[in-house]
Amino acid sequence: MRIMTGNDLKTGAVTWWTGSDWSLHVEDAVDVTGKEDEIARREEAARRVNVPYVIDAELEDGSPRPAHIKDRVRALGPTVRLDLSLKPADPDIGNWVI
Amino acid sequence: MYRYDTYDQAMVDARVEEFRDQCRRRLEGKLTEDQFKPLRLMNGLYLQLHAYMLRVAVPYGTLSGDQMRALADIAEKYDRGYGHFTTRQNIQYNWIKLEDAGDILADLASVEMHAIQTSGNCIRNISSDHFAGAAADELVDPRPYAELLRQWSSFHPEFAYLPRKFKIAVIASKTDRAAMKLHDIGIRIVERDGELGASFYVGGGMGRTPMIAPCINEFVPLDRLITYAEACLRVYNRHGRRDNKYKARIKILVHELGAEEYTRQVEAEYAHMLDQGVEPPFAELERIRTFFADPEFRAADEVSASNEPEETSSEPAFQRWVRRNTNPHKAPGYVSAVISLKPVGGIPGDATAEQMRLMADLAERYGFDELRVMHTQNIVLPHVHQSDLPAVWRALDGAGLSTPNLDQIGDIIACPGLDYCSLANARSIPVAQKISERFEASGKGEALGELKLKISGCINACGHHHAGHIGILGVDRKGVENYQLSLGGSEAEDTALAKITGPGFDEDGIVDAVETAADVYLRERTEGERFLDTYRRIGMTPFKEALYG
Repeated sequence: MRIMTGNDLKTGAVTWWTGSDWSLHVEDAVDVTGKEDEIARREEAARRVNVPYVIDAELEDGSPRPAHIKDRVRALGPTVRLDLSLKPADPDIGNWVI
Repeated sequence: MYRYDTYDQAMVDARVEEFRDQCRRRLEGKLTEDQFKPLRLMNGLYLQLHAYMLRVAVPYGTLSGDQMRALADIAEKYDRGYGHFTTRQNIQYNWIKLEDAGDILADLASVEMHAIQTSGNCIRNISSDHFAGAAADELVDPRPYAELLRQWSSFHPEFAYLPRKFKIAVIASKTDRAAMKLHDIGIRIVERDGELGASFYVGGGMGRTPMIAPCINEFVPLDRLITYAEACLRVYNRHGRRDNKYKARIKILVHELGAEEYTRQVEAEYAHMLDQGVEPPFAELERIRTFFADPEFRAADEVSASNEPEETSSEPAFQRWVRRNTNPHKAPGYVSAVISLKPVGGIPGDATAEQMRLMADLAERYGFDELRVMHTQNIVLPHVHQSDLPAVWRALDGAGLSTPNLDQIGDIIACPGLDYCSLANARSIPVAQKISERFEASGKGEALGELKLKISGCINACGHHHAGHIGILGVDRKGVENYQLSLGGSEAEDTALAKITGPGFDEDGIVDAVETAADVYLRERTEGERFLDTYRRIGMTPFKEALYG
């Protein structure tokens, strides 16, 4: 599957296209295959996202997991500061990235 | 240290308001990202892996206590409570909001700091010896020359759009503590027949094509320093490639023209410029120099005013720290003390707001209000009376800032790597953490002595891996992190580029490989040899045999 990501214009936070809005959580992302140009153009024009682009992902336990490690680090946060990640309480989250 | 005059302050304040307005227009949609990107980069604001990242200039690495405290306040108020000191003697914040950028720059301007020219194809922050103005072995304090270059290069219209970024370092000791020959221009202040001058080394750099700068002029009179630098830049600006960013640095131009031809063109430009009035009045250098006058050092035998008990000075941990983390000072009774940002298993170069405030307090109480950022990602208190060392150490020790590992294997340079950087191919920090933990656990760190290990997460070499006694480069092998090992580099006065040992290793394998290389050194070394000396004597073969069988 292909999912769309970008950064929130005001905060710079990494965001993911959910089909109707932008989420901080990659597990909310949906397949955008065939619709990426339209979504990117519309959402960027509305300033709901900054520099959107599409990445490859795989469904894992029903949720998208970015195919490349760089995108997984980006989705979660720095692996060396899991306290700053989106899931600081999940002891296994580092394994999800690596 | 240098203080802004009204002109400096007005210039920086005006830039703050200009950028605040640019941010507002971006947020209102009046500027597209394509239009805004070059503007934000001119102000040090990147869009990185997780958020906006702000790089703040620390001119030649020199900070006051107030400035360090302001950096702490920014970390706490606008970021996530910490900052990252870099290999360009700057500081970066990783979690900046665009809507806060104007306020942050205003806060910086209130303490005479900014983020101007910390990105983009312009002359970047001038770097220097972190012991400048204090080192026992320096000819003169190089910082007045660095400051003159900073003023010349700030907003210089001719050099605002160079073919590529441009980095200058200035030193004034035979010992090179600034990787001078690995800069676009490296300047060493020298003496000849009782006169001071500047040796110019041009065309060095790391990145994907590492090169050591050749000396193109051994003695430029100091009252022609700016004119000669400008001649070097002009030839580069004229002929440097703009069609390929990977061949756009001055090192490529010097290499392709040949040092001799490049020098000929610089000398011709220099001769042409001598009557053009480019050089600022020598009185300006004299004015700048007054800001760098020595503080009023106490007598060598004066006792400490601190309440630290006398027993502290006999503690083994304190003695080890003094032995390892202090540098000889030009004033009797003083040393420069290195504050380690390399705790075992920690993140090289990171400091919390609380740690920054402590460093500021110590500078004000014990160090004539001066701090320095080292390109090796530590902090220096340049002027500490030896009687105050127990109190300084006690305070640092309580804050996790006293690791006694300067220039040892635990004192690792590591770029932010894939944990933070959108350019990176592999993570650097976890490798650094594992190596420092491995050698702490084995107890070999002290036995290895001086061993400089540097890690980059991509070929851009922000972690200086080309110049490591042991260097590690992270690469992407079909989506999996892989690490190349290299040996024999140096960024000191014996500058050398490291050579790759062979096939790369995975994350755990590279830690084992470093230990294997260290063991070869321990086995083969002769009396007094550093790792680098042994490598140079015995060559790569014994290391390859141990690594790859």
